[in-house]
Amino acid sequence: MSPGGRRIVNGAMGGLTFLAAIAVICPLVLVLGFLLYQGISAINVDFFLHLPKPVGEPGGGVANAIVGSLIVVGLAVAIGLPIGILGGVYLAESRERRLPWVVRFLADVLNGVPSIVFGIFAYTLVVLPMRRFSALAGGFALAMIMVPIVIRTTEEMVRLVPTHLREAGLGLGLPQWKVTLRIVLPAARAGIITGVMVSIARISGETAPLLFTALGNRFWHQGLDQPIAALPLQIYAYAIAPYDDWHRQAWAGALVLIALVFVASMAARLATRQRALAR
Amino acid sequence: MSPASSPSAEAAERLALDVRPSALGRGRSGDRIFDGLVKATVWMVLLLAAGLVCSLAWESRTAIAAFGWRFLVTSTWDPVAGSFGALPFIYGTLVSSLVALVIAAPLSLGAAIYLADLAPLWIRPPIAFLIEMLAAVPSVVYGLWGIFVLVPWLRQSVQPLLGRALGFLPLFQGPPYGVGMLAAGLILAIMVVPYITSVSREVLLAVPNSQREAALGLGATRWEATRIAVLRYGRSGLIGAILLGLGRALGETMAVTMVIGNRPQIAASLFAPGYTMASVIANEFTEATSDLYVAALVEIGLLLLVVTVVVNALARLLVWSVGGPVKGGLA
Repeated sequence: MSPGGRRIVNGAMGGLTFLAAIAVICPLVLVLGFLLYQGISAINVDFFLHLPKPVGEPGGGVANAIVGSLIVVGLAVAIGLPIGILGGVYLAESRERRLPWVVRFLADVLNGVPSIVFGIFAYTLVVLPMRRFSALAGGFALAMIMVPIVIRTTEEMVRLVPTHLREAGLGLGLPQWKVTLRIVLPAARAGIITGVMVSIARISGETAPLLFTALGNRFWHQGLDQPIAALPLQIYAYAIAPYDDWHRQAWAGALVLIALVFVASMAARLATRQRALAR
Repeated sequence: MSPASSPSAEAAERLALDVRPSALGRGRSGDRIFDGLVKATVWMVLLLAAGLVCSLAWESRTAIAAFGWRFLVTSTWDPVAGSFGALPFIYGTLVSSLVALVIAAPLSLGAAIYLADLAPLWIRPPIAFLIEMLAAVPSVVYGLWGIFVLVPWLRQSVQPLLGRALGFLPLFQGPPYGVGMLAAGLILAIMVVPYITSVSREVLLAVPNSQREAALGLGATRWEATRIAVLRYGRSGLIGAILLGLGRALGETMAVTMVIGNRPQIAASLFAPGYTMASVIANEFTEATSDLYVAALVEIGLLLLVVTVVVNALARLLVWSVGGPVKGGLA
């Protein structure tokens, strides 16, 4: 090909890949645009403070669903966080060969398992023995989704901690576990928090694993062993219902949900930025 | 749990032995406890993973016993008669995911190449950030948008147009419902694009710069360097990235359930409503009345699990082959 032709191809490919990048971002603009347009008009103080009204009565809110989501996600964090962080520390610090490889591989594969499958798992493991849908089952399902993410980000962050920090601790006569807990984990803290926030952002938007674990509820929560409302479930129920007022509330709920998710993601980014500055 | 460099650890232990034997004793038992805790956690993760497969297999045993392999190739889904076959759902899952990949793969690879190699440096972080945001949008929000924006648009503008222009193909025949395979494929495409893009970008960034420099040094243009030295080097990783996207698409539940029409049928047209494995579980699990019905749904879940695990395992190995296991982590 002539030099001119090669330059034209070069420019054309630059342009095409640029267009691809724009096309990839377009849906984000469209989705967020519609969310803001439809959601803002439906949001008011009642929406955050009141229970859902019965069918046919306009108004009401999703306060119970917001509280329910916080409870279920809180449960998931309580179960998943220690497992994820300890697992990540193991992957980063272990000198064994085979087991860490297996765990790492498994974590990555589990991360790709559809969330609804974890819903079935939580159903068989928690709902069937307890004989009722419960907040606990929902929290367990979400924890299963959270663990692989936290394991892998914690591993990466702990690996970044320089070896000489560990050696300094050991040189002072500290036992290994104190070095891990008091030196290595604090040094990797910002990065680990990032991973945790990312996983929280992910699970707070999950609907499928809650369908037959947390089930949903139109009232305030009545204990961890009872069905509980969650914001994504409420949005789903409203979206597929045939009432205009519920559609309006679905948009408002989606706007609130996405705000929560983005805040968590932003917090994650901020934590990493601080780490970069501290270096 | 051992220190990264053992000589210094041994030195530390000897030192501690000389100076404070009691402190050493405490540390040792602390080490044992912490070690045990970590090991227990790791085994718990392994057990949970094994339990996942076992419990699904156990709960679906009656359906497996009743239908055997026929479950995969029959297309009756009749809860009243207690006769179950998963073929329409398998078909729906495969077709919707395929439509998604046909749309998403070229766009994602293009965007990843742009971000990793061709874009001006200042523009890369903001675009990468927006793509991350795209991945953070919950499925149910995409579904909501799909029901009220995408589906009406498809019904009123896109499908009549496609029907007129390409109506001679069986793919684009039939009445424009809006909901159906096309809507599901489109929404899935939007949802898997960020995954494929960010993993491919990681793969491309993991290609050593010496590759690019060698090609540029031989007189290649930027694009030629990318094509010859980078894409070829990272090929297996890019295939892995697309497979990861496929894994996501196969298991995606809420958004698809909300726009695919939920009708267990096998139709050639993309305009026709369909049903996927994940959506039938989502829709019918709580209302399944007989044990066999529940077992059949759990068996579909088991099938979904096996397929996604195979796809993901393959994808991870391919991605790891370029960047190594640590860098090619989550996306």
